[in-house]
Amino acid sequence: MAFFFEVLITGLMVGIMYSLVALGFALIFKASDVFNMAQGAMSLFAALALYGFLEQYLHLPLWLALLCTVAAMIIWAYAIVFIVLKPLVNRPPLMLFMATFGVAYLMEGIGQSIYGTQAKGLNLGIPDEMYEVAGIFISSFDLFFAGVAALLVLGLVWFFQKTRNGRALRAVSDDHEAALSVGIPLLKAWTLTWIIAGVVATVAGVAWGTRLGVQFSLSFIALKSLPVLIIGGIDSIPGVILAGLIVGACETLGEVFIGPYVGGGIQTFLPYLLALLVLYFKPYGLFGKEIVERV
Amino acid sequence: MNEKIEPILRAENISISFGGLKALDNVSLTINPGEIFAIIGPNGAGKTTMLNVLNGFYKQDEGSIFFEGKKRSKHMKPNVIAAMGIARTFQNLALFTGMSALGNIMVGRTMKMHSNIFSQALYWGFSRKEEIEHRRAVERIIDFLQIENIRRTPASMLPYGLRKRVELARALAAEPKLLLLDEPMAGMNLEEKEDIARFVLDANEELGYTIALIEHDMGVVMDICDRIAVLDFGKKIAEGTPDEVKANPEVVKAYLGTAEG
Repeated sequence: MAFFFEVLITGLMVGIMYSLVALGFALIFKASDVFNMAQGAMSLFAALALYGFLEQYLHLPLWLALLCTVAAMIIWAYAIVFIVLKPLVNRPPLMLFMATFGVAYLMEGIGQSIYGTQAKGLNLGIPDEMYEVAGIFISSFDLFFAGVAALLVLGLVWFFQKTRNGRALRAVSDDHEAALSVGIPLLKAWTLTWIIAGVVATVAGVAWGTRLGVQFSLSFIALKSLPVLIIGGIDSIPGVILAGLIVGACETLGEVFIGPYVGGGIQTFLPYLLALLVLYFKPYGLFGKEIVERV
Repeated sequence: MNEKIEPILRAENISISFGGLKALDNVSLTINPGEIFAIIGPNGAGKTTMLNVLNGFYKQDEGSIFFEGKKRSKHMKPNVIAAMGIARTFQNLALFTGMSALGNIMVGRTMKMHSNIFSQALYWGFSRKEEIEHRRAVERIIDFLQIENIRRTPASMLPYGLRKRVELARALAAEPKLLLLDEPMAGMNLEEKEDIARFVLDANEELGYTIALIEHDMGVVMDICDRIAVLDFGKKIAEGTPDEVKANPEVVKAYLGTAEG
């Protein structure tokens, strides 16, 4: 039984990462109806940038390197909104979707040309010790990132529920025209959303990067978070967070307990299978808003 | 020289067409401070189009708009126009359905609040104080519209009549210089219509708001407004006090479809 829980906890930790990436997707989708294919690339770029500031080019102290990384993501947010999205306002969603595809490749390309293509080990000096709690081993490293992710989510909840700007962003995500009519500037709201998505991507990228090394496969987490979005419902932020945990737990448990019977590799398709099941029974996701269109 | 009242908003020779359809044809309007001004007309007369031009959702093809005596740039964005003091409601309701009634009204106050994301992060106390102050103002509006008991209800769960009221509250929260109401009584029963009419009157008389509203149905409008403009097929066919408009044969023709004499 202890083994089961250890596997479950590992799965939940993986799930937190999925949640974070999917959270970035959901934030941008809600605010601007853009399905941001660059979310994974943003995570990758943030991890690369942190590595650059910390070890490769400048040897900044950690706090400064983190600040600089966030600054870099803010610059990206402005660039994406004003150079890519602004000229495409009111175009069909597919165009915006393709544009974010372009942004993803651009980010990867720029990342490669600045930081090179080889995998990098990111070491933030977070202790990785095992603790035993009720017979179950938990890594302090995992706990640390679970804590950071929880703080981030709580911070976002506070921001969206209690502050003026947070409310304005929710208003924009509900109804563009009504938001304009009360005086909320759309482009500013979008920029702020992309900045927040950039910060979320930074946390996700750095967490993945420290655990698995900073490598280009990081930008493929984006693909893993698609089933997370489907299961949670793309417009539900709590749904996406929960779905990330569910997917992480299921795929890890599946790999360990069912995998041996079918020859392994279950991890790669189980999330999609879950997503299909959810689509079958709840087409808007477990927590998504049902869209009723009047004819 | 006689002292003339400076109109709060003046629209001069506004024309706009969509494809081949001329939705507004050379329409001029003057809205004076402190009055309730109504734009009426049959379906498809261009009433909502006019409102959309006034609040900047549509850009007129020709003509100009003067707000508080100053000519407004044609390319001014609707959010900037809102910040200048023009608030509006929508015919088909545009509440933020993901939020409570209170949340909606607080968003309406966005333009009155000044703390930005950095002050929120750096100097929490200031934002908090500001938030409390604005919350108080919003409570007064909630009292005024008698929606105290639905403050916390998600907008999506409110019945139609109350949604209309929350939308009115959201517009009032901005303390606009000019309040535009797009069919505030559409789809309501008589009792609800009278409620809204009373709120509109009170907002005008007690709180001093200048209001321009659109109505399809002449009944209630005639009782509450000071002046009326009548549109028909994109043209203004009459303007004046309710009595003048009622007596105008053109108006009768537009509404009843027959011409006398």
